[in-house]
Amino acid sequence: MRPLTEEETKTVFLKLSEYIGKNVERMINRSDERHCFRLIKDRCYYISESVMKASTSISRDSLLHVGTCLGKFTKSGKFRLHITSLEYLAQYAKYKVWVKPSSEMSFLYGNNVTKNGLARITENTPQFAGVVVFSMSSNIPLGFGVAAQSTDHCQTLDPMGNVVLHQADIGEYLRGLEEDIF
Amino acid sequence: MVAKNSKKRKSTPRKEVAPKKKVVARPDSDEEEVEQEKPKSKRPVAKKQAKKQKEVSSSSDDSGSDSQEESSVSGDEPKSIKADDSGSEEEDTSPKEFTDENAKWLKPKKKKEQLLSSDDDDEEDDKEQDDDDSDDELLEVERQAQQLDEELLAEQEEAAAELQRTIDHDTQVYQLPTADEWDTEATDRLVAPSELQSHITQILYVLSEFQERREHGKSRADYIDWLVRFAAELHGYIPELVRYFCTMFSPPEAMEFLQASDRPRPLVIRTNTLKARRKDLAASLMKRGVTLDPLARWSKVGLKIVESPVPIGATPEYLGGLYMLQSAASMCPILALDPQPKERILDVSAAPGGKTSYMAQLMRNTGVIVANDLKAERQKATVANLHRLGVHNAMTCCHDGRQLGKKYPQRFDRILLDAPCSGLGVISRDPSVKVQRTIEDIKNCAHLQKELILAAIDALKVYRPGCDKKSSSDSGTMVYSTCSVAVYENEEVVNYALQKRDIKIVETGLEFGKPGFVRYQQQRFHPSLALTRRFYPHVHNMDGFYVAKIIKLSDRKPEDTLEPEEENEEKAAVPTNNDKASSKKKKKKNKKVLGKKRKGGDEEDDDNKDTEEDQAKKKKKGAKFSVPPPKPQPKEKKKTNAKVTKPRRKRAATDA
Repeated sequence: MRPLTEEETKTVFLKLSEYIGKNVERMINRSDERHCFRLIKDRCYYISESVMKASTSISRDSLLHVGTCLGKFTKSGKFRLHITSLEYLAQYAKYKVWVKPSSEMSFLYGNNVTKNGLARITENTPQFAGVVVFSMSSNIPLGFGVAAQSTDHCQTLDPMGNVVLHQADIGEYLRGLEEDIF
Repeated sequence: MVAKNSKKRKSTPRKEVAPKKKVVARPDSDEEEVEQEKPKSKRPVAKKQAKKQKEVSSSSDDSGSDSQEESSVSGDEPKSIKADDSGSEEEDTSPKEFTDENAKWLKPKKKKEQLLSSDDDDEEDDKEQDDDDSDDELLEVERQAQQLDEELLAEQEEAAAELQRTIDHDTQVYQLPTADEWDTEATDRLVAPSELQSHITQILYVLSEFQERREHGKSRADYIDWLVRFAAELHGYIPELVRYFCTMFSPPEAMEFLQASDRPRPLVIRTNTLKARRKDLAASLMKRGVTLDPLARWSKVGLKIVESPVPIGATPEYLGGLYMLQSAASMCPILALDPQPKERILDVSAAPGGKTSYMAQLMRNTGVIVANDLKAERQKATVANLHRLGVHNAMTCCHDGRQLGKKYPQRFDRILLDAPCSGLGVISRDPSVKVQRTIEDIKNCAHLQKELILAAIDALKVYRPGCDKKSSSDSGTMVYSTCSVAVYENEEVVNYALQKRDIKIVETGLEFGKPGFVRYQQQRFHPSLALTRRFYPHVHNMDGFYVAKIIKLSDRKPEDTLEPEEENEEKAAVPTNNDKASSKKKKKKNKKVLGKKRKGGDEEDDDNKDTEEDQAKKKKKGAKFSVPPPKPQPKEKKKTNAKVTKPRRKRAATDA
């Protein structure tokens, strides 16, 4: 376990800011307890200071995870967010999309959100902005993705057109065990 | 038996009325009168009736009335004959032999012969008389009537015999099959479950009133042997296991246990109070057509799923981390552990993280949880679950649990040791246990558990009631639990730890469950083991489970306790706060022991020695330290998860 290098920090923050904008600051300067970003193997974890200190006593080989995993660095040095980061993304999200109950399951199986599944979308969402997808009925965060169209464009879209391109969804908690994301 | 008697009683008076006309001298039998009261009254009747018949037919000419009377007589006849076959057989066998037992197998054949012959006699008589009187026109009718009567008689007789047979079958002493007989039979054919079940009920019936109902020459052990054999066959266990259950439970209870282990337990979910409230969760699940009930009075977070049209393990609510699938029994160890916010807690064998996440929600995501498990592969599920449920204060690692004591001596406020076990309590979930586990396996498990419990105790802080600066509550508590019902894995392990470390068993704080065994077969455990709790599928409709709550009094090891004098000196030299507290605990314990001894009377020698030694210690202490040990502050009860902060996502929504 080690702190992120400057470059790594930059990539992570850039990635996060796609979804939560300036709220990244809030993640760093929290009111309750200092939190930090740590790297274990190729994964980035967001941990409270006290838990991080407690975890230092555990040997590197046997430590599997601490706190919340945000995502991992690819071999080419890019950063990819995992579904496990959803809680923080949802909390600070800038652009949100709500889907109808009928297309909830479709999204949870890894499909894009189409126009006829769309219930609500944040105003002024630009194209290709990172959005967090919520369930309309219970307001549970379901996953995140990229807006395929801007809000204005969505209104003129045909019913089968994609509104949100799927990136990750909570169905991965069941599927992901095989894909080795934990 | 009862049925028979009542029948006799009913039939006798009628008979006695019938012979009024003519009193026949009772043929014989003083012994009979002594032996069997009822036959006496009937036998004469049979004879009498025959005579009467003769008389009537000979004297009278109106055969209509004759036949009528005859039919009525014959209607009665079979009953009397059935009831006493001794009467019809009096010539060749002495009536003494007709006790109930042999009556059943002596009866049917002979009776029939006898009856037939007697009927023949009657017929002949009648014929003679008919011939004599020569009423030819009526003869045909009469004969038909007679024939009919005979048929009727035979039929009734048969019915009676059948009835008798079934009565005998039901009331006879149950006879165990012989081994050869059963083996050949069992290999030849598949034995129907109903048959096995009937064998089992029969054996249980015998065992419930053993002195009276047993077969002569068979011991209780024989019956248990067969019971085990039948039950193992019926439920598909290896006999070894069933025999083991029979040593823990009474035979009827063991059978109940086996039956209950075949039935699935209700599906239970636990609300994740970090993300939702139970009320809201129930409402949103009900919207999906799920019918559910609150689990029980003792749980504020449990919901019992009655029926569900959707898979409960794959709803968006589940994936969103609003609840966790967790059996009722698995919640008990956590309730007993009672984790408090800001503590440092170790879960020795955590995968797949159900209990760990429950702890996190009771700690409101503060403090630190170390979720350990031997296998890194299994920990993936733990990581997934912890993330899904929004647990931030946890870390997972994959140490060997046996090394934890050395690696982290006195590091944790609380420890949950949900030991790996044979799974004898969760057979309904994993039926492969029935055929795969042997007693040998269970003993191996127990050995591992003993190592684990010592390691866990070493990793635990010493118990300090309410004076930990970090938390408001007492640290130094651990809970040992297994999902097994075997004594090997439960009481024996805890008892072993009691001998090896300076610990004490305390109340689990669970208001239900059966007390742990204090005595089992030849073993006598420490009396405080009665404070541990056992849960059974057939009693509580939960998985079989065992929960023991332990507090660590000091870090002493058995080597220290071997030399009491030295230890006393040590203590005198360093009269720490800690030691005093522990000694006080010990005193208390000893008092309890003594009290129990006075009541129960049988204790082990070890205890005896122990108490004397301790009493001596007590005196010494009393003399040396007049300062009263600090009073353990009453546990400051924190309100549990009843009031949780607003779920994050809601706050987020308002923020945005």
